[in-house]
Amino acid sequence: MAQALAKTDVVMIGFGWVGAMMGQELTDAGLNVVALERGSWRDTPTDFATTFAQDELRYYWRHELFERLNHETLTFRNNDGQTALPMRHLGSFLPGSNVGGSGVHWNGQVWRFLPSDFLAKSHNLSRYGKSAVPDDMTIQDWGVTYDDLEPYYDKFEYLCGVSGKAGNLKGQIIPGGDPFEGPRSRDYPNPPLDMPYAPMLFAKAAADMGRHPFPHPAANVSRPYTNPLGVQLAQCTYCGFCEKYGCGNYSKSTAQTTILPVLMRKPNFTLRTRSEVRRIELSPDGKTATGVTYVDAQGRELFQPADLVILCAYALENVRMLLLSDVGKPYDPNTGEGLVGKNYAYQITSSVNVFYDDKILNPFIGAGALGMMCNDFNGDNFDHTGLGFIGGGYVGLMQTGARPIETHPTPDGTPTWGAGWKRAVAKNYLRATTISTHGAVMSHKQNHLDLDPTYKDALGRPLLRMSFDFTDNEHKMSDYLTDRAAEMGRAMNPREIKVNKRKGSYDIVPYQTTHNTGGAIMGTSPRDSVLNTYLQSWDVPNLFVPGANAFPQNPGYNPTGTVAALTFRCADAIKSHYLKAPGQPLVHA
Amino acid sequence: MSERPISRRRMLAAGAVLSASGVTGAIADDLTGNGVPFKPNSATFPQAADISGGYNFFSQAEAAFIEAACARMIPKDDLGPGAVEAGVPIFLDRQLGGEFGAGARWYMNGPWPKGEKTQGYQSRFTPAQMYRAAIKDIDDACAHAHNAPFHQIAADQQDAFLKGLESGSTSLPNADSKAVFTMFLQNVIEGFFSDPIYGGNRDMAGWKLIGFSGARYDQRPYVLAYNKPYPLPPVGISGRPGWTREG
Repeated sequence: MAQALAKTDVVMIGFGWVGAMMGQELTDAGLNVVALERGSWRDTPTDFATTFAQDELRYYWRHELFERLNHETLTFRNNDGQTALPMRHLGSFLPGSNVGGSGVHWNGQVWRFLPSDFLAKSHNLSRYGKSAVPDDMTIQDWGVTYDDLEPYYDKFEYLCGVSGKAGNLKGQIIPGGDPFEGPRSRDYPNPPLDMPYAPMLFAKAAADMGRHPFPHPAANVSRPYTNPLGVQLAQCTYCGFCEKYGCGNYSKSTAQTTILPVLMRKPNFTLRTRSEVRRIELSPDGKTATGVTYVDAQGRELFQPADLVILCAYALENVRMLLLSDVGKPYDPNTGEGLVGKNYAYQITSSVNVFYDDKILNPFIGAGALGMMCNDFNGDNFDHTGLGFIGGGYVGLMQTGARPIETHPTPDGTPTWGAGWKRAVAKNYLRATTISTHGAVMSHKQNHLDLDPTYKDALGRPLLRMSFDFTDNEHKMSDYLTDRAAEMGRAMNPREIKVNKRKGSYDIVPYQTTHNTGGAIMGTSPRDSVLNTYLQSWDVPNLFVPGANAFPQNPGYNPTGTVAALTFRCADAIKSHYLKAPGQPLVHA
Repeated sequence: MSERPISRRRMLAAGAVLSASGVTGAIADDLTGNGVPFKPNSATFPQAADISGGYNFFSQAEAAFIEAACARMIPKDDLGPGAVEAGVPIFLDRQLGGEFGAGARWYMNGPWPKGEKTQGYQSRFTPAQMYRAAIKDIDDACAHAHNAPFHQIAADQQDAFLKGLESGSTSLPNADSKAVFTMFLQNVIEGFFSDPIYGGNRDMAGWKLIGFSGARYDQRPYVLAYNKPYPLPPVGISGRPGWTREG
């Protein structure tokens, strides 16, 4: 029997980016907030100091900053005809653990989705007709618009000190920025990072072809910056260890470098580490969350009562927690009934390696979001008539730091080991670069999440089961993007290129992106969504579930900017409306 | 909403309730109102490998295989040291004898049906167990085919055998040959290019071969030096030989 603690106003499950944002906002409103984090405290000087942060083996290949799968993993299959088996070690995506969550080891790629991305279904139907959205493609409009989110995107960009160049200021197209982006109320807080040689070679080739290259918006600050909370970040030093690493230099925006120095001083905020939530407890009628039961570091079960529960773990864990807590009805792809677990989506990526003889690129100089990008083929920025797919993605050349275990590209025909491999790696390392494509994944009837019937975590709870594969839409779209990337690569006048298309079924082994989305999606009706547009549970109104789980499908951009914007909008709705009528739905079904 | 303020008094009250009910220390991990916690001398430094004293994990026979196979994977040639000269065998020994070899972070609960390729590693072997089983199988197979263990057969025979593992055309009785080869190749590359504190990449041979600058944290002067050779030698977490020369 769990021991009951004193009641708090708000309990949060998980303490990463979203937890830090929510904690900051809700304590500002005077609420007493308790955050329960299953992992430990960590911070720059102790856990990723500049004296040892640049360690490829330890942090990427031995997974030190990531989730420990011996404690908890998920099972995976491509389709319901297969038996799902555990992800035994990490590969395709890298969820975090400990304070700061996955946000500690992100690249800092901060995007806004396109205005048309939020209208994925209605926009495509109206432009391309009924056949553009097949029956088994379960995409939906989000129920919010770009304009609804613009102030919250802006808030996150200023919190982070994003380095970039606006392309659309209040409707006016600005040369050098992204002409396809939605209108911004003001420019980025910091100018773009200095751009190395390879992205500039790409940008020139792309511009000559009539594309529209611009600097990647980066939460790697290009100059010393003090954010609106008064927290200071230092100028990025281009060390090339962002993605999969912690920043030793206070240059990458994370919960630690933008919020925690302020939030951790507040007397009405408590962070309780090494506290893993077992389940959300409900009232007998199932319509109110009474708090959460968790296990502390000593293995004791405790009950933390609260008026308001914020589920803000990683997207996949948020879905699992709803399923474990019997909140909402699990989705069944065969009957189409239930909603929790529906519309799981991901990202489809590919690349083109570019090899020079006569150019030294020093690819180890880098930053997580350092590069030149083109959105000419993202979303609905191009005419899809006759292409056989909807959606798109960006094509760009990013120089994130060529850590050599991970990055040592070799041309077609190179052996995978031996003298020939060694010679090719030595010849090409300093003279090779890579164009990336980063495509949308539309949600599909068969791609879903539920609880595994066989495998359990360290606490004896069922693992999440992921059933997912790429569909024709993704493959056609990704091939199209890759062909465009190859054209640009050839236009860079290299010795040769190597085209790496994404072929066949989704494979959980090679790293792709940590952009798992959906499963507890937002919308305008409880008939087709788990959450309303304020990320409030339709079933349990004192439960909010901010995260990428809310995405009805996954557009062709990195998700964090939109996760943050949705979170700030959620916090605003709690402060401005929910607290006036606690326990009531913000939207009536 | 419940009354406010304030959490500190309420948490103290909660502690009192817990003591009375026999649960003490339940809020030992609470961090409230005191700013970011910092304890001096609590940094999570990397665990450097102790490379003295020869092999700890590999038996003599296993080490003979590992050295021979490493010499084929990344050979010594006119470009410079190979995997053996760069210390990869000792790197592998220390990795397999430690947390990696034990699969300490991996999910290792059964059942263990054979999976699809897209489902990834599904062996019940930890990496250490996988290496042990595979090396024995390989030496047995070589003894059967060539009357000698792997390290005593000719280099072209060794290459042919490794290619058979890589493609899966050579199967092993106790371990999945493709899974074995995939892990071995990955670990050899790790040993060749990881920071020297782990026992491989000796004298930064791997980094010097390709021109990687190592664990440098300030590259600002070189970002805009287009098409210029990088002027500095590589450096590791523990510095480089030039920093620690005696006298």
